[in-house]
Amino acid sequence: MATPIRTPGRVAAPGHGGVGDSPLRPDGTLKVSGEFAYASDLWMDGMLWGATLRSPHPRARILSIDVGPALAAPGVHAVLTHEDVPGRKTFGIDHPDDQPVLAVDQVRHQGEPIALVAADHPEIARRALDLIAIEWEVREPVTDARAVLADPVGLAVQPRGGIVRHQPVRVGDVDAVRDGVDVVVAGDYEVGIQDQAFLGPESGLAVPADDGGLDLYVATQWIHNDLKQIAPCLGLEQDQVHMTMAGVGGAFGGREDLSMQIHAGMLALRTGRPVKMSYNRYESFFGHVHRHPAQMRYEYGATRDGILVYADVEIVLDGGAYTSSTENVTGNAASLGVGPYEIPNIRIDAYGVYTNNPPCGAMRGFGAVQACFAYESMMDKLAAACGISPVEVRRRNAVAQGSALATGQVITAPAPMAEMLDRIEAMPLPPALDAADIRDLPGGASQTTHGEGVVRGVGYGIGLKNICFSEGFDDYSTARVRLEVIGGEATALVHTAAAEVGQGLVTVKAQIARTELGVRRVTIAPADNRVGDAGSSSASRQSYMTGGAVKAACEAVRGELLARAAARYGHDDLSVVGGAVVSRAAGVLAPVEEVLGDDAIELTREFHHRPTTRLDPVTGQGDSHTQLALCVHRAVVDVDVELGLVKVVELAAVQDVGKILNRLSLEGQIHGGTAQGLGLALMEEIVVSGGLVRNPSFTDYLIPTILDVPPMRLDILEHPDPDAPYGLRGAGEPPTLSSTPAIVAAVRDATGKALTRVPVRPEHIAG
Amino acid sequence: MRVNVTVNGAPQTVDDVWEGESLLYMLRERMGLPGSKNACEQGECGSCTVYLDGVPACSCLVAAGQAEGREVRTVEGLAEGSTGADGRLDPVQEAFVEAGAVQCGFCTPGLVVQSHDLISRVPDPSDAEIREALAGNLCRCTGYEKILDAVRLAARRRAEASA
Repeated sequence: MATPIRTPGRVAAPGHGGVGDSPLRPDGTLKVSGEFAYASDLWMDGMLWGATLRSPHPRARILSIDVGPALAAPGVHAVLTHEDVPGRKTFGIDHPDDQPVLAVDQVRHQGEPIALVAADHPEIARRALDLIAIEWEVREPVTDARAVLADPVGLAVQPRGGIVRHQPVRVGDVDAVRDGVDVVVAGDYEVGIQDQAFLGPESGLAVPADDGGLDLYVATQWIHNDLKQIAPCLGLEQDQVHMTMAGVGGAFGGREDLSMQIHAGMLALRTGRPVKMSYNRYESFFGHVHRHPAQMRYEYGATRDGILVYADVEIVLDGGAYTSSTENVTGNAASLGVGPYEIPNIRIDAYGVYTNNPPCGAMRGFGAVQACFAYESMMDKLAAACGISPVEVRRRNAVAQGSALATGQVITAPAPMAEMLDRIEAMPLPPALDAADIRDLPGGASQTTHGEGVVRGVGYGIGLKNICFSEGFDDYSTARVRLEVIGGEATALVHTAAAEVGQGLVTVKAQIARTELGVRRVTIAPADNRVGDAGSSSASRQSYMTGGAVKAACEAVRGELLARAAARYGHDDLSVVGGAVVSRAAGVLAPVEEVLGDDAIELTREFHHRPTTRLDPVTGQGDSHTQLALCVHRAVVDVDVELGLVKVVELAAVQDVGKILNRLSLEGQIHGGTAQGLGLALMEEIVVSGGLVRNPSFTDYLIPTILDVPPMRLDILEHPDPDAPYGLRGAGEPPTLSSTPAIVAAVRDATGKALTRVPVRPEHIAG
Repeated sequence: MRVNVTVNGAPQTVDDVWEGESLLYMLRERMGLPGSKNACEQGECGSCTVYLDGVPACSCLVAAGQAEGREVRTVEGLAEGSTGADGRLDPVQEAFVEAGAVQCGFCTPGLVVQSHDLISRVPDPSDAEIREALAGNLCRCTGYEKILDAVRLAARRRAEASA
C-alpha cells in the first residue's frame, strides 16, 4: 500500500536551547508556511470520503433503518450500520460498554451516530446520508439534571441508572457548628455548557494495511487509549492497528473521546480503500463532548473576621447521555469543590448525572472550573458580608505548604498563595477610562456609547487545579531516545507517543534532550504506537510526565555513553559538557562523536509519578492528587450598565509554575487559558433546549476574538516542586479556572448585580 | 466544470470541479494546497483567508467558479521561492514563529495572510489597528497576545528592511 501524501514527518530541531531557554518551535516554520500536515490535510490517491448520519432527536427508538436507496446511489461505495461493526459494538474512554459505535435500537442524544457512508466525493456522501430512511418512535427527552437527582430510577436514561457518580466529602461536623457562626452567606450558581472550539475539525485517514490491519492517521490526545477502544470494535488486535498522530489543530479535552476513528476504520476495512473523514463545524459541535454544565448550591459560615468555619456544598454536573469522563470530572469537582482554602468543617456532595442533553466530558480545567466560579463568588460574598476586601478574605483563609485540602490531602510542595495574593494586589492598575478612542469602550466600533453609562470594576479570582491524573491512576509515560552521529554531529532522536496539540511539548522534548545529552541537534519522531504509552495530553501533565520520561531516557543514554567512555579512557569521574565527555580530574577527554563512533545508543524508559489513592466513597478522603497548582487573576472591566455590554480592559495573572522550562511557550499557555476563561465568563455557551443544540456554529457560538481579549500582564513564580522533573508544575489549566470568576467579580463590582450564572449575558446586567 | 485560475503566480487549469465546491475545497483537495484551513467553512474564523486579486477573502465563501480568470495567493505563496526548508519565509511568517504566535497553528495561515495585508497597507499599525484588522480571525490557543507581538515585530522588520 502506498504511503499517503502529507503525513506527519520527523521534525528537526537544530540549534540551541536547553531547559529554561526559549528556543522556537521546531514545527513553527512548517505551520506558518502552510506545510504542516494536519489531520484534515491528509490525502491519498483513490481515497474515499466518509460521512456520518446523526440523530435529529435527543431521545427516540429506532424502529427500522433502510440503507437501500443510499447504497444504490452512484458514487457510493458503502453504507454501514450497527450490524456492520466487525467486533465489539460499544466503546468508551473509561468503560468499554459506555456507548454504541453506531446506534442500535435507540438514540440518547441529538447527534448520536447511526450510519456511515463512503463515497467518491464528500457531497455525494452527504447526499447519500439523506437517502437513509429511518422509522422513529420519538420519546420525551430527560433534560433536567436536578430532576434526575430526585428520581434517578424513574428518569434513568441509561440501564445503569440515572446517576453516574455521587462523591461526598465529609470533614468535621457542619451541622454541629452551623448555629454558632457569626456570618452565613449562601448562593446558587450555574455554569453553562462550554465547547472546546478547537479550530482543526475532527479528521483522519484510515488505510487498509498489507497485514490485514489498518493504518490510522488521526488527531487525538492519547494514541494508546484510542487503540484500546478502536481495535476491539474493528475486530482487530491492537498490534494490527498502526496509529500515527496527524497534525492536531487544538484539543483542550475535546479529543480525549473518540470521534471518527472507528467509523473511518470500518469504512476502510469494508471498501478496501483509504477513507478520509473530516467533520465540518456544525458536525464538530456534535462530534465531541463538552464541558459539563453545573448547578451548584453553596453555603458558608464564618467568623465576623471572615475566617471560614464551615462549607456546605452541592454540585450537580449534567453528563448528558453517556459516561465519557464524567466519573473523574465529578471526582475533581468534589475534591476541589471549595478550592484553596482551609475550612475545618466541610460537607460536599458532587453528582454527575445522565440526561438526554449533549454528552459532556473533558475540557481544560476538568471539573475544577465549575466549582471555582462558585467558590470564588462565595469568597467575594463573604468579604462583603464581613466588610473586608476580596483579597484580604482570601488571604485569611488561604492554603499554604502543609495545609490539608478538603480531602485531607496535605500539600507537600510549595503553595505560595499568600505571596501570589500580595503580588496581584501590588500590580499597577491600568489607566482610567479614556473615551477618546471609541474602540476602547464597551460596544467598540458599534458606537453604542461615547462613555456615558460606563462604569469600571475590578475583581479577583484564584483557582486550584490538580496536575496529572488522580485517584489511583498510574498515567505513566514512555520515551525512546537514540543518540548517534549523523553527518559528523551527535544527534538525538526522541520518540514518544505523546500528543503535540499546540502546547509546545515538541519544543520542550528537544530542550530536555539538549540539556541532558549536551547535544545541539535533536530530531523529534512523529508520535505513534511503535513506542510505549505516553498517556494523554490532558491534565496539564505532559511536561511533567513525558518530560520526565524523556529526561529519564536521556539520563540512561548519557549513563551508557559515559560507561563506554570510562571503559575506553580509564576515568570514572565523567560528565558531558559542551558536546564533550569531560573528566573532573583529566579535563576534556573526547567529543561525544568520538566516543560514539559508528555506534548508536538507544534506550527506552518509563516515567511514573508518585502513587495516588482513590477518594473514600463515603468521606471523600484520600491523597488523590499528584500535584496541585495555583493561579490568581485580577480583572479590570468597563461595563456599559445601560446596555449590559462588557469590555475587559486588562487581565493580570500570577501563577506559580515551579520551574519555567520555556518562557515563550509558557506565557502562551497562560494567555490562552485566560482567554478561554474569559469566553466562559462573558460569551460562550452551547444553548440547549428540549435536548436540542440551538447554536452549533461559530456564527452563534461565540469565542473571544482579538477585540475581546485585553492585554494580559503576567507574573510567573518559580517555587520548585521537589517531586517533579526540574521542579516544574503543570501550567496549562490553572489560568482557565481563575479568569472566569475574576471577570465576573469585576462586572459585579461595576454593576452591583448578583450575577450567579456564566456566561453573563447583557440582560443579566441591564435587566 | 473547468476552472482557469492563477495560483501563487502560476496559471493553472483544474478539471472536474463540481459547481458547488468552494475555492477553499478546490485549493485543498484538487490543487494540493491545503495550507488554507477549513475550520468553520462559513466565513466566521478567517482560517481560509487568501488573497483574491490582491484582496484578502475567506476562500470558503468564494465558489470555485468565481475564481475563474482571477489571481489567488495563498499562504504557500507568501515565501520567496519554494516554501519549506529551502525557501525564505516572508517577514510576517518569521515574526509569527519568533514571537510565539503559533501554538496549534490551525489559525496561523489565515492570520499570516491577513497580517501580511495589514502591514502592506499600514506600515506602522497601532494596536487598535491591528486588532481591527485581525478581528475576523479566530484563534483558540494564544489569547492573541503573541499575535499582536508578531505583527508589531513584522512591521518593525519591514520598516528596517526598507530603511
